Amino acid sequence: MSDVTIRIPTPLRGFVGGRDQVAVPGATVREALSALTAGQATFQDRLFTAEGDLRRFVNVYLGREDVRRLGGLDAPLPAGATLTVMVALAGG
Amino acid sequence: MSLKDRRLAELRARVPEVGPAEALALQQAGALLIDVREDEETATGSPVAAVRLPRGFLELRIEEKAPDASRTLVLMCAGGARSLFAAEDLTRLGYGDVRSLAGGFSAWKAAGLPVETPPQLDAAQRERYRRHLTMPEVGEAGQHRLLRSRVALIGAGGLGSPIALYLAAAGVGRLTLIDDDKVERSNLQRQILHAESRLGQRKVDSGRAALLDLNPTIEVVAHDTRLEAGNVLDLLGGHDVVVDGSDNLPTRYLVNDACVTLGVPNVYGAIFRFEGQVSVFGGATPGARPCYRCLFPEPPPAEYAPSCAEAGVLGVLPGVIGTIMAAETIKLLLGLGEPLAGRLLLYDGLRGEFNEIAVPVDPECPSCGPGASVALTDLAAVCGV
Repeated sequence: MSDVTIRIPTPLRGFVGGRDQVAVPGATVREALSALTAGQATFQDRLFTAEGDLRRFVNVYLGREDVRRLGGLDAPLPAGATLTVMVALAGG
Repeated sequence: MSLKDRRLAELRARVPEVGPAEALALQQAGALLIDVREDEETATGSPVAAVRLPRGFLELRIEEKAPDASRTLVLMCAGGARSLFAAEDLTRLGYGDVRSLAGGFSAWKAAGLPVETPPQLDAAQRERYRRHLTMPEVGEAGQHRLLRSRVALIGAGGLGSPIALYLAAAGVGRLTLIDDDKVERSNLQRQILHAESRLGQRKVDSGRAALLDLNPTIEVVAHDTRLEAGNVLDLLGGHDVVVDGSDNLPTRYLVNDACVTLGVPNVYGAIFRFEGQVSVFGGATPGARPCYRCLFPEPPPAEYAPSCAEAGVLGVLPGVIGTIMAAETIKLLLGLGEPLAGRLLLYDGLRGEFNEIAVPVDPECPSCGPGASVALTDLAAVCGV
């Protein structure tokens, strides 16, 4: 299983030691995000509902496309894929 | 016979002359009617839809106005003499069908043909906007358009500072500032609209003073108030573009929903630490451009938003994002280029990278989707960042 690069938005970097991107294994979006949040219940809760769906105020992109348009969490990831996690910023 | 009269007689023999009625018919059939008189002369009236290009710049600028050398040109001046000289010059330049209006503007007016008084830039405006006027994409018509434009800016803070300064400098004729804060010293690390000398003032007053100092010829309307569901349509209505430089999610949703209701484009930007987002939402025909809720249908509940105390931002970051927002605003006002719509530009200041993600129109959008009508509401305050 090849590594997926996940870009982390600034508000969530506290969960990954301040890093702006993380490499994790995963063949689907779900697998990659599960690997990202493994062992961190708060981080999981931030991204997923109790039913395991992506929260509506969290967007994840494969390349420049929203994964919700590519099959959602089950969307397959090509080798060397880059996922971008995005949340709303409010600051002005 | 004077030298001039002899020369004019020669030109009359060569240059086809037309009367006012024929000139109008030619113009209506696609010919370009060019008024070659000086600006002071055309200021009091010129044929409707004539291109006003003073004789001194005629050869230099004619190709911007008439790129097709086979197009029929009808030149006119005050009495029909200068236009003969000018016609000869344009023929020599390479235009194939150049005619002169016999009797010039006097004959046009005497025939009762349509006249307009073109808006004029005074000498100081000409000097101020020279770098715009020399660009064909803006030019005099574009500068007039900016001067007639109305932009509402929400937030006279980090993003609002560069946006307001650049829009004022560009000559956006009416800027409405909306903010209910006071200037504090901790603002000055990034809010370059304000100054130590204006600490404690209302931000909209401090901002207005700075903007009028930069460009006293524009109008700055100051609203020292917080946007709410009850006032948002009144405050934002009547503007050509709304620019969202607010600092909280409830206002951003309210601004979006009001802009969708009003059909006004919303130039959006948001920042946090070293990161920024910028896009243009709505404002085109319904369904043509996404809105903020197509991207984020709903705000996170308060427990998922980081605390306000965590907020921090590199001082220059609002400059990076705010100037892009100002550029997008001016593009929208002038109808230039491609707006940053349907996509969100992400700036990563630490990596020095821009990335772009697609923001398609969401057919089920709660705000702009077909049949959707979102009620304007004041959302509970969530800090967000």
